[in-house]
Amino acid sequence: MPAQPSPLRPPAAPVRPSPLGEPPLVRWALIAGALLFLGLFLVVPVAVVFATALSKGLAAYWGAIRDPEALHAIGLTLKVAAIVVPLNALFGLAAAWAIARFDFRGKSLLITLIDLPFAVSPVISGLIFVLLFGSHGLLGPWLLSRGVKVIFAVPGIVLATLFVTLPFVARELIPLMESQGSEEEEAAASLGASGWQTFFRVTLPNVRWGLLYGVILCNARAMGEFGAVSVVSGHIRGATNTLPLHVEILYNEYNFTSAFAVASLLTVLALVTLVAKALVEWRAQHHDLSGER
Amino acid sequence: MSIEVRDVVKRFGSFTALRGVSLAIPSGALVAFLGPSGSGKTTLLRIIAGLEAPDRGEVLFAGKNATDQRVQDRRVGFVFQHYALFRHMTVFENVAFGLRVRPRSERPPEAEIRRRVGELLKLVQLEGLGGRYPAQLSGGQRQRVALARALAIEPRVLLLDEPFGALDAKVRQELRRWLRRLHDELEITTVVVTHDQEEALEVADLVVVMNEGRIEQVGTPEEVYDRPVSPFVYHFLGSVNLFHGRLDRGVLRVGPLELAAPEHADAQDAPGTGYARPHDLVVERQPPEGTGLPAIVRNIHVVGPSVRLELWRRDTGEPVEAELSKDSFRELAIREGELVFVRPRNLRVFREAAPPSRAVTV
Repeated sequence: MPAQPSPLRPPAAPVRPSPLGEPPLVRWALIAGALLFLGLFLVVPVAVVFATALSKGLAAYWGAIRDPEALHAIGLTLKVAAIVVPLNALFGLAAAWAIARFDFRGKSLLITLIDLPFAVSPVISGLIFVLLFGSHGLLGPWLLSRGVKVIFAVPGIVLATLFVTLPFVARELIPLMESQGSEEEEAAASLGASGWQTFFRVTLPNVRWGLLYGVILCNARAMGEFGAVSVVSGHIRGATNTLPLHVEILYNEYNFTSAFAVASLLTVLALVTLVAKALVEWRAQHHDLSGER
Repeated sequence: MSIEVRDVVKRFGSFTALRGVSLAIPSGALVAFLGPSGSGKTTLLRIIAGLEAPDRGEVLFAGKNATDQRVQDRRVGFVFQHYALFRHMTVFENVAFGLRVRPRSERPPEAEIRRRVGELLKLVQLEGLGGRYPAQLSGGQRQRVALARALAIEPRVLLLDEPFGALDAKVRQELRRWLRRLHDELEITTVVVTHDQEEALEVADLVVVMNEGRIEQVGTPEEVYDRPVSPFVYHFLGSVNLFHGRLDRGVLRVGPLELAAPEHADAQDAPGTGYARPHDLVVERQPPEGTGLPAIVRNIHVVGPSVRLELWRRDTGEPVEAELSKDSFRELAIREGELVFVRPRNLRVFREAAPPSRAVTV
């Protein structure tokens, strides 16, 4: 383009509204509607949780949380998450790798099976394990005779949580790995890298943000799962109660302040998860722009 | 190092990519695998690299069977079509990768790695860009990083899959001349896969023309261009005119023309087709009786030093393309719409097997 302005150029045009824009009134109405909805269904409930939890003062709040049964529930929830999340991360990586890299019979069946826990109601998921491992179930009597208790015990909770949270990591990684293709791995092999070297130096770094994202979602669900765990746990206080179950028990006993105090922990977990998720998304995108494509 | 491929067959499901391919590549040569997509050229390259296993047949490096050798152990430098640079590593780390993954006993010390990578980056003219990420480079630069990375392992052979396919025309031409010079400097056996005939003819010592999983012809660029052994090679390498006629005892009759085809002396009134390049046609205004096919000039294109004529045969209505020098065009002084006579000066006759496509293909 020539640098000097053309003498025929018209005077500065008035600012025109974008041809695809809406009139201001419509825009404001839409924004107000969205904010009202968000406020009513998200902000108010969260505020109520904290308000009720703190309604009898900080001392009562701490008392509810430091109650031995509550502490045990927190411990169990953390323990279950600590077992379930790494296992599902491993499974998700392995499944995504198999699905994205290889063609085999039953591949679409495997993809469907991975989605199954999303399609089935969590209560049904719990029932499946009761039918399998309960005292009248398929494998239950055999295991019980060998002293292994699954249902109404921690192993059942772990199994049910494992099942419910199975899709998160795999679902996140399959499209990512499919879009990245296997050329970089082939390049690594042609440069002499062994299978493990290729995995740790090329495959894993390429999916690390997707993996982290999946792990965060998986963790949130593992800690917050109610339905499936409720069926298999038996609600034994101080033994098989996770945080969500503990909240329910307190609530059913009309112990609202304590119920909301414990619930506030789960709410904090949810908020932390949201922030972490946003950070990971931002980080992944930032990397996309600054050089990691 | 020489490469030999013996009777290699490869299927992908119901699709047969290679139907028994045998080929010997002399040490230090620069060879181009040329063919349309689906001809099996990339599959053959990947089998040589060890990225794909043949269903049948063998691959030999320097006379030794390498068919069962893993890709990690073959020491081939492979440059992928889309470069396949490690996106989360800097240019420096990409090039250093092949050295860093060596077993501890063979791994060079850090200072040596730095020196070697520096040298390679200089060789591919990317000094000072070692700290960049692949996404921050242009296509041509990425291509050269991929090449430096492949050269870092001191490969025994260098294999490039459509190396310039994704680049624009000018960068492409520069890079392939540069690759040719690099090859002459390093004297490493190199195979380039391409579907671009110009690229193959310009860069290679030896062109392997492939079609539908078979090798059609192996020869120098002059051989495959001037003496194609099959209608396919004629069609694939440049424009060609087809003259359909009857073949009888070494003579092809096309309209009033009688064209010598001594290699078909045994033919008895069989259908045959003569193939002639546009620059092998003689265009005349008033030839001696019976030595030219009448044609109407439809279009005249002056392309640099030569003139391309689009003609219509008056007897059959088939299009014919002729190429003249500017001087002979001026001598003829023809204009669009005028009647001329054409005859092939140089012609190869094949018995009817030609694809029934357009007469002029590019």
